[in-house]
Amino acid sequence: MASKPRVRAPKSASKGEVVEIKTLISHKMESGQRKDSDGNVIPRQIINHFEARFNGEPFFIAEIEPAVSANPYISFYHQPQESGEYEFVWNDDDGSTYSKKSKLTVEG
Amino acid sequence: AAGVGMTLMPGLAKASPEEVQKAIKEMIGDTTPQEGKVSLDLPEIAENGNTVPVGVSVDSPMTQDSYVKAVHLMADGNPSPEVITFKFTPQSGRAEASTRMRLAQTQNVVAFAEMSDGSVYRAAQPVKVTIGGCGG
Repeated sequence: MASKPRVRAPKSASKGEVVEIKTLISHKMESGQRKDSDGNVIPRQIINHFEARFNGEPFFIAEIEPAVSANPYISFYHQPQESGEYEFVWNDDDGSTYSKKSKLTVEG
Repeated sequence: AAGVGMTLMPGLAKASPEEVQKAIKEMIGDTTPQEGKVSLDLPEIAENGNTVPVGVSVDSPMTQDSYVKAVHLMADGNPSPEVITFKFTPQSGRAEASTRMRLAQTQNVVAFAEMSDGSVYRAAQPVKVTIGGCGG
């Protein structure tokens, strides 16, 4: 179970400017390598894929392994040429998908 | 629950050299990596192996003709060496990204950058881990 996808993305930028985007989602990132007190392996359940899209087109993707910490944080960059809408999507091992949208106005 | 896991950490073996080589081959194929272009931003000493900040950047243009396609991060002393793959496009503007990772013990963190012309660049840095991360 994940919750509260959080994104810090700019609301405005100048044309050609490179902007930084920071994302975080609450998730235990169970590695599949731990055992419970009875010695049974706790099944793996992680966020395995993250995608950042702008106006529907993916511009940054992360393929995530169990070595990424709980509550996975990812920061990256984007160089927008026009105004539009970001969509950020997280995929869970259990088939769930989480997403968050944010608008960007490009001036000049 | 994290505390329960920590007590069981000593049972976790690090990946064998063969497993590390297999992981590298899956990341970059048979291409021989060159040194340079890639910079890792890592602490020299990580007090808590459960959450070690890691940043990577590649010195490259980000145009349709020449850009960084992907950066693979690997931790060669974890039970499973793969950490994360960042995939970039010319629209990324800059081949730079960061995350936080688990390191089970003191080890090397290695980055492989795949360029759009097929060449591969590598950088590595040791990180001393004081308290190992669970289930890296």
